[in-house]
Amino acid sequence: MPATDVAAPARLRWITATIRDVIDETPHVRSLVLDVPDWPGHKAGQHVDVRLTAEDGYQAQRSYSIASAPAAAAALMLTVERLDDGEVSSYLAGEARVGDRFELRGPIGGYFIWTLDLGGPLFLIAGGSGVVPLMAMLRHRAVAMSTVPATLLYSSRRADDIIYRVELDRLAGQGGGLKIVHTLTRERPAGWSGYTRRIDRAMLQNVGVAPEAQPRIFVCGPTPLVETAARDLHALGHEPHLIKTERFGPTGR
Amino acid sequence: MSEPPIARGFRGRKAGGPSARIPPGQHLVTDFPVLSAGPTPETDLKSWRLTLEDGESPVGEWSWAEFNALPQTELTVDIHCVTTWSKLDTNWRGVSIDTLLEAAGLAEPPAPFVLVHCDGDYTTNMPAEDLVDGKAMVATHFAGEPLDPEHGGPARLLVPRLYFWKSAKWVRRLQFIDIEQPGFWEELGYHIYGDPWREQRYAGD
Repeated sequence: MPATDVAAPARLRWITATIRDVIDETPHVRSLVLDVPDWPGHKAGQHVDVRLTAEDGYQAQRSYSIASAPAAAAALMLTVERLDDGEVSSYLAGEARVGDRFELRGPIGGYFIWTLDLGGPLFLIAGGSGVVPLMAMLRHRAVAMSTVPATLLYSSRRADDIIYRVELDRLAGQGGGLKIVHTLTRERPAGWSGYTRRIDRAMLQNVGVAPEAQPRIFVCGPTPLVETAARDLHALGHEPHLIKTERFGPTGR
Repeated sequence: MSEPPIARGFRGRKAGGPSARIPPGQHLVTDFPVLSAGPTPETDLKSWRLTLEDGESPVGEWSWAEFNALPQTELTVDIHCVTTWSKLDTNWRGVSIDTLLEAAGLAEPPAPFVLVHCDGDYTTNMPAEDLVDGKAMVATHFAGEPLDPEHGGPARLLVPRLYFWKSAKWVRRLQFIDIEQPGFWEELGYHIYGDPWREQRYAGD
């Protein structure tokens, strides 16, 4: 059997998480900081399955990306976008409060991950809440004081919808080879000098890392963004095996 | 096992409907989410081939035209994705694995396990018995229309009785093997078999 960095499969058990802190990131997005006793640790890019149980025993289950760095195992962070018709997201990013408890299991996923030994350069492309697993990578990079060059190209609808904006500004301001480029698709606020269109081939070429540098590319966002970006990256000369994608839609994640 | 904690204030949607058709932990969708691990490949139908292999030996190969000249089958089935969505009554058209085996001159699968190979280096595995007796096909049409590339076109495997990652997009080669070998997601901790009704999502479930 080929070598992999994935531990021998052990049964993923449901464990109880308690909400320690709630952070409103944007009008529609909320981060939950969780106490999870016996959390086995994770890699940047992995996700968990969350299961909610109602008083009458009804259960619903969904997957959410982990936003926190692996080193912060004592406080697992999930960031959840409240979807209009989201059965679980409307609870996690709405009703849920500090002290509430629910079940999760993980970490899950051994493909869309970045570890220090994978190196770089890193080229991260996010649409909306697709930034969440990529943030775990940037936090991991920062906590580990990695000097791997990294670029985040991040598409949001409006300036108000940019998740982690303050922390991203702070991380980029520290120097150390991190470049963050925003694009807004629904508005151009006063004083905004950045991009105001959907991510396209020219933007990927101007912002991104040249194919010759063989960047590790992670793309996460709604399906149309991911489909277009992956196709354009391939056309620009990036090797398909270096382009890792994760997609979500109203029901996928 | 202890009782799960109650998520205070969570009521859930509790949509009525055909719950007997929804496996545990799944919920219904009406759209068709797209999930794949990398870029959608661009497939040139002129060089497209579908191959059946017994171990390392090819036992059947079809060009796009030859494949489309084989008898077609239609299936209307429920599909269940490991990311917890289920979609009912999806309609597919293509060539059943039974027909492919017959066209290759085989009365039954030449080996008990299958490793499925796809464009983009994706692989997945399953027992051969889950592909025969009308249980699976290589599908080229969804709801009467040619399959979109992002949904696996020109042709994907359809094995609806297993979680949908087993229904590999952009299928090119079915390799029958004597010893079970895990595919892409199966190597990464997903269940080796993946029966939605036994909720076999991850290794050990």
